Amino acid sequence: MAINFLLNEQPVSVDVDPAMPLLWVVREKLGLTGTKFGCGIAACGACTMHVDGTATRTCMLPVSSVAGAQIRTIEALATDGALNAVQQAWLEHQVPQCGYCQSGMIMAAEALLNETPDPTDADIDAAITNICRCGIYDRVRAAVHRAAQLRKEG
Amino acid sequence: MARKRTTLGKWTRRSFLATAGIVGGGLALGLTLSPNRLKMADPDTAEKGETILNTWVKITPDNRITVLTPHAEMGQGAGTGLAQMLAEEMDADWDQIQIVQAPATDAYTNSDLGRGYIVGEGARIPAFAYPMLDFAFFKISENLVGQLTGGSTAIRLTGHHGMRRAGAAAREMLVKAAAVEWDVPAGTLVASKGTVSDPKTGQSASYGALAARAADFTPSLKPVLKSPDAYTIVGTSRPRLDLPGKVTGAAQFGMDVTLPGMVYAAVALPPVLGARATAVDQSGLPTGGGVGEVVNIGRAVAVTADSYWTAARALEALQITWDGGQPDLSSDTIRAAQDADLTDKEREVMDRDGDVDAALERGTPISLNFSVPYLAHATMEPMNCTIWVRDGACDVWVGHQNQIMARNWAARRLDLTPDQVTMHPVYLGGGFGRRAEMDVISIAGAIGDKIRQPVKVIWSREEDMANGAYRPAILSRMTGTVEDGKITAIHHTYIDADSGMPDSERPFGLQYDIPNRNIARIKCPSPLPVGTWRAVDFTQMGFFHESFMDALAAEAGADPLAFRLDHTSDPRIRAVLEHAREVADWETTLPAGHGRGIAMVKSFETIVAQVVEVRIDAGRAVHVPRVTSVVDCGRVINPDAAEAQITGSVIFGLTAALYGEITVANGQIQQRNFPDYDMLRLANAPVQAVHFMESDHPPGGLGEPGVPPVAPALANALFQATGERIQTLPITKHGFAVA
Repeated sequence: MAINFLLNEQPVSVDVDPAMPLLWVVREKLGLTGTKFGCGIAACGACTMHVDGTATRTCMLPVSSVAGAQIRTIEALATDGALNAVQQAWLEHQVPQCGYCQSGMIMAAEALLNETPDPTDADIDAAITNICRCGIYDRVRAAVHRAAQLRKEG
Repeated sequence: MARKRTTLGKWTRRSFLATAGIVGGGLALGLTLSPNRLKMADPDTAEKGETILNTWVKITPDNRITVLTPHAEMGQGAGTGLAQMLAEEMDADWDQIQIVQAPATDAYTNSDLGRGYIVGEGARIPAFAYPMLDFAFFKISENLVGQLTGGSTAIRLTGHHGMRRAGAAAREMLVKAAAVEWDVPAGTLVASKGTVSDPKTGQSASYGALAARAADFTPSLKPVLKSPDAYTIVGTSRPRLDLPGKVTGAAQFGMDVTLPGMVYAAVALPPVLGARATAVDQSGLPTGGGVGEVVNIGRAVAVTADSYWTAARALEALQITWDGGQPDLSSDTIRAAQDADLTDKEREVMDRDGDVDAALERGTPISLNFSVPYLAHATMEPMNCTIWVRDGACDVWVGHQNQIMARNWAARRLDLTPDQVTMHPVYLGGGFGRRAEMDVISIAGAIGDKIRQPVKVIWSREEDMANGAYRPAILSRMTGTVEDGKITAIHHTYIDADSGMPDSERPFGLQYDIPNRNIARIKCPSPLPVGTWRAVDFTQMGFFHESFMDALAAEAGADPLAFRLDHTSDPRIRAVLEHAREVADWETTLPAGHGRGIAMVKSFETIVAQVVEVRIDAGRAVHVPRVTSVVDCGRVINPDAAEAQITGSVIFGLTAALYGEITVANGQIQQRNFPDYDMLRLANAPVQAVHFMESDHPPGGLGEPGVPPVAPALANALFQATGERIQTLPITKHGFAVA
């Protein structure tokens, strides 16, 4: 049975096992590989997308549960090649190292800023629980604050 | 040994800087390699060993400069650093520069690595190479031409010896081209920011415009290198060239490879170490729904499907019979065996001076036993490999730290010649040494050979963690004595579990001036697979040495930092320690329940001292509010990227010291995913400061040296805060929680 949802504002329809997690549907059936597989148990956050605006770990999220929902992935942040505030801040602070966890981390930061435009360190600690093995946490914190500022200037 | 030295010495002398034109007019510059070198490098390709050009830099008529980097990008930013070194000597405009990962062919090899090792020009072989050496001649030559990324070698070997020279030679050729063009002496011309100009006439030409003519010249083997005073690119924080794609999701990791007609394979690896699949009952396998075939290769069982998730689900439906292996293996038995060996087995002396026994008898010796666990790499990108095997050809997409070795490995497994195997470079979602191993390629190759269509083999996180190449768990016993505030003797016996690190790197060497010393190992090879783990044996030795140093300081009633200074005359180490005292506010008083610890480890030609602060909250909750690192890595190529390597290493080291432990019971690895093998998160990451010493020394490594001091500095801080001396890692084994 087809499952319909909006992926980065485009309507999509997939005919897959309804139990298949959204992560794999988006990566393998819809061809957007920016969102990553890290642990498969929603522990690391590499698979974070926005589901109706909420940062959500999608490696265990059955695609059937997002029927009719709006899904946003890392690929949708830049507009016509222009990076958004979080992405700009990420480059200003040279945050990524290997980069593998970054899509999830950036999507978590984006969701945080949508909800809390001027987050405190405690807000950042609570919202960004993604694992990064390269250990870039100090730069993430700085970049989130910078992105908040860029958005205000925006 | 003599044969190796002679032959490979000759081999390296046959590499020359050379030029080639580019179709459409341009300049390519790099190393040429003689057929003989190829013959030694890889007997299978010897007959087609034409002289080939190892292109490190290309200039195209539209004035773009492409630097081809032979090292994998796994987060360390080496490509940008290498490009900076080349661009600096070339007087290029940084905005002209782009980097491309060099293809995995014999032309792109780490020849300085080989030369340093075989011919001995002061460069030592890096740690990551060790497991790839078996000291048989062909194997060595094959491995040394590997495209190795590890051992913190990119900048200090490829960059320092190769890229700078290639850049300078290119500049000389471009200037010469302009001189011929304008009929003026080359000495009167100025090269700057990608342009050659004549101050007298005001004429100027871009490198792109000069490139075709420059390609006619023979590059100098010994081009004049710049004085560091004139550097404008090296030593500056240029943004990393690989990062834009890493914030948009566009960067292609191995995991992201998608090919027409590709299927996905999920793999089951032996639940008991070393077991083999002898039977597979497929009766529970769902039919249809995208499920493909079941492949049993003995060391793994795979199911293919039209999606990874479908394949993984189907895999769970199989009944696999695993036989053999080491079902009796447990962490306790491994430790007991090491413990017995430590007492009973004959010691193999690695370093000895003076009379340790006499000095120990004279004083009041203290003795401490240390123990460190197995550790997994747990790269964020689980192991994966996409492979397409067909008759007489194979294409491989794998994030690997040694693309050429991986290619040769695949060729041998598939009965192909290396040139029939094409490696496609992808980004590595972390490496840390794990992606220098060949198991992923062996397994994917065997599956691909049966499937005969493009297949992406993905390991689950659980299989990734339970089938690692672990940092070895080892025991150590240190005895020493202090008289009048000075260490008079150190006796150290440790287990060598064979991570593969050669003795020449001397991780066991004491870092201080100790008059009487006796350092010996007892070989006790690990029954678990082991490999290189970021900074390799320095991580274990650093913990033993620097924890014991702290204990001796306490015994002497001395300040731990001053005590270290009292035991070294090395000016660089002294300067690092003294700087750490200042910038870490070493001499300020901390409140009760807080502690500050120091450790210093020199590895990969880089000295790192770290001061870790801890606060112990209720419930023995350990909080690390602050870590200060002082680093002497010689000349810093890119300060911002260098800082990132150190701060990242601190998190890597803290994670290991606080949580890290891989254990085995009944032959099975007990940790399967992140909840069992936890990681530091943003909320408990310390505030960090990194200070680099000004230095004109050649660059040392940076990807690894930040790791070894972390664990002992943390343990020493805990001692200051609690009076408890941590001798066994991780720290959470001792009733501490992480806050």
